[in-house]
Amino acid sequence: MDRKDFIQHLRRYQKGSISRRHFLGVTGLGTATAVLAASMPHLMTARHAYAGELGDQVNLTTWPDYHEPKNFEKFMSETGVKVNVTVFGSNEEMFAKLKAGGTGWDVLVPTNYTIETYVSEGMFEELDTSLLPNYDPKSYTDPRFTAPGTVGGKNYAVHKDWGTTGYVLNSTKVTDNPTTWKEFWDLTNTKYQSRTMVHDYQLTTIGNALKYYGYSFNSNDEKELAQAEKLLLDSKPNLFAINSDYKPSLLNGDAYMSVCWTGDAKQLKKTDPAFNYILGKEGGEIWADFYAVPKGAPHRAAAYALINFLLEPQVNKDEVLFHGYPVADKRVIDLLPPEIVNDPIMYPAAELLAPLEFGAAATLTNPARAEIMARFKSA
Amino acid sequence: MSAGTQAIATQATAERKQSGRWLTALLLAPSAVWFFVLLILPLVVVLVYSVGVRAPAGGYQAAFTFDNYLNLPARWTAFKNTLTLAPLGTLICLIAGYPLAYFLAVKSSARWRVLLLILVIVPFWTSFLIRTYAWIFILGGRGIPAILDAMGIHDVRFINTPFAVMCGIVYAYLPLMVFPIYVSLEKLDKRLLEASEDLGASPLATFRQITLPLSAPGIITGCMLVFILLMGEYLIPQMLGGGKVFFIGNALVDLFLQSLNWPYGSAVAMGLVVIMLVTVSLYLRVTAATGGRRDESLI
Repeated sequence: MDRKDFIQHLRRYQKGSISRRHFLGVTGLGTATAVLAASMPHLMTARHAYAGELGDQVNLTTWPDYHEPKNFEKFMSETGVKVNVTVFGSNEEMFAKLKAGGTGWDVLVPTNYTIETYVSEGMFEELDTSLLPNYDPKSYTDPRFTAPGTVGGKNYAVHKDWGTTGYVLNSTKVTDNPTTWKEFWDLTNTKYQSRTMVHDYQLTTIGNALKYYGYSFNSNDEKELAQAEKLLLDSKPNLFAINSDYKPSLLNGDAYMSVCWTGDAKQLKKTDPAFNYILGKEGGEIWADFYAVPKGAPHRAAAYALINFLLEPQVNKDEVLFHGYPVADKRVIDLLPPEIVNDPIMYPAAELLAPLEFGAAATLTNPARAEIMARFKSA
Repeated sequence: MSAGTQAIATQATAERKQSGRWLTALLLAPSAVWFFVLLILPLVVVLVYSVGVRAPAGGYQAAFTFDNYLNLPARWTAFKNTLTLAPLGTLICLIAGYPLAYFLAVKSSARWRVLLLILVIVPFWTSFLIRTYAWIFILGGRGIPAILDAMGIHDVRFINTPFAVMCGIVYAYLPLMVFPIYVSLEKLDKRLLEASEDLGASPLATFRQITLPLSAPGIITGCMLVFILLMGEYLIPQMLGGGKVFFIGNALVDLFLQSLNWPYGSAVAMGLVVIMLVTVSLYLRVTAATGGRRDESLI
């Protein structure tokens, strides 16, 4: 008897069209129990104590490859709540979707520089930390990674992880050992034409073009932005693609170099040790991601349960081992193996971190930056 | 028939006409409401937005300005890409699709025809997204370029070029061209072809003077279907163009979802609507003038 037959018999039994004896007879009590346990965890968990309070699903909006899928399975078997994941390529897009409304999102993973705008637009609810027993504000190594979650003295978001934005290169193809953003762009426009990728994301793409001239990553100065736009437009014919999903093209050998986030570099290196991660000497971005709950979240209780679950140190450790981004939670760092804590990609040397800048809120709402990015893409 | 009965009959006819009109109105009401709520109203909203300005944190703020329209040239490349690749894609679909439709309708035996038609439809059973992903691998570094490399042709790149986008377009839209042409060719009276042959016309002359004109409605419908959908294409350039081959559809998504410039996005959308209306009506007029009958071209 296969799974489908079994379900059919079960439904008939439930509807009363066959007797319990007949049901047990055709399925066999032993098989019934076995199949139930093995193939239909959702039938089992539906009876869980939480089910009534939390509902049966929660909608998480986050970034690609950012959560250990096994943790979601664990969450479901513990609570009966299914996690529906939506991923985005940029904070701008995430913000736009939520602003347009009707998303049904319950948990969001915004980056530091956007939280202030979400809050001023009245889109986030103030977090009720009593519902997050695993959140311990005293356990974080560096206040810079947690401070953006607090706006006007109120806590709207809790720290998930942090990271940097550098670039990754395939060292079997790119043998020049570049160390700066200037070299990144120069190599793109000379030796490695149609082999470089940049993010489909205004903050990092414009920011790292600004770095070519040594300007601030967050500059909103008209003249500096104009120079950055010129560099971008001049480089466009020499780019392989403008895409935040760069790992497939790098692994495929189509692209040699790409602007890259910590965890992606870590994941690439794990697949192929030839990939090297470089933090431009001029600086660039350091960032932190957070968990937040939008106002009017349809599964609010489940949202808090999920955030609390993901902040649990053991669970969070498995998250880190999966996504490869560093965390600032001491309880989690203590659980991590030493090769992760000493990994130069995940926890770079202090002198490389020193010149990095956190994204500024003004870059999110500056129409000039948005338009430069849109012109660059449609050029 | 007396004058009295005639008057009664006239009155009955008038009543019947009256109730017929009511019935027509009743039957049309659902689609009228549908079009009003889901087409006219949104278009009005887009029109209103297009003369507004971007709100400080993004979105729409009421205003009355034509700046958004004056700024349309800033998306010139996207318009140019769409206006060259959409007609070109339609043309290639026609050139590739016509012989296929002809073969299916005229040459293939009835036994095979159903099977062959199903084969044209089979790709639709798989998600379009997945099929386009497959093209990424076919055209990417480990696909055709690797084969060419092994054959001694080095450093060929397909992915993220207009060529890649065109491959995706022709692959995706070909069935939309084949089916209308197939339908019109299937109705073709084969006796006309025999008569033409009997009267000494060459196969080419027969094709040009009988087959082609009679299949014109199918060609017109197919071209319209492909062209109109291509003008709004977003997914193929997004996936196979790598952000380097940009259609208006892509520019629109950017303006609404990334830049949050709804008013400018609305103006670009109106620009697209106007271009569509002009090209489609021009196309219909030209085809009507050269023999295709407009009334038959509509599905």
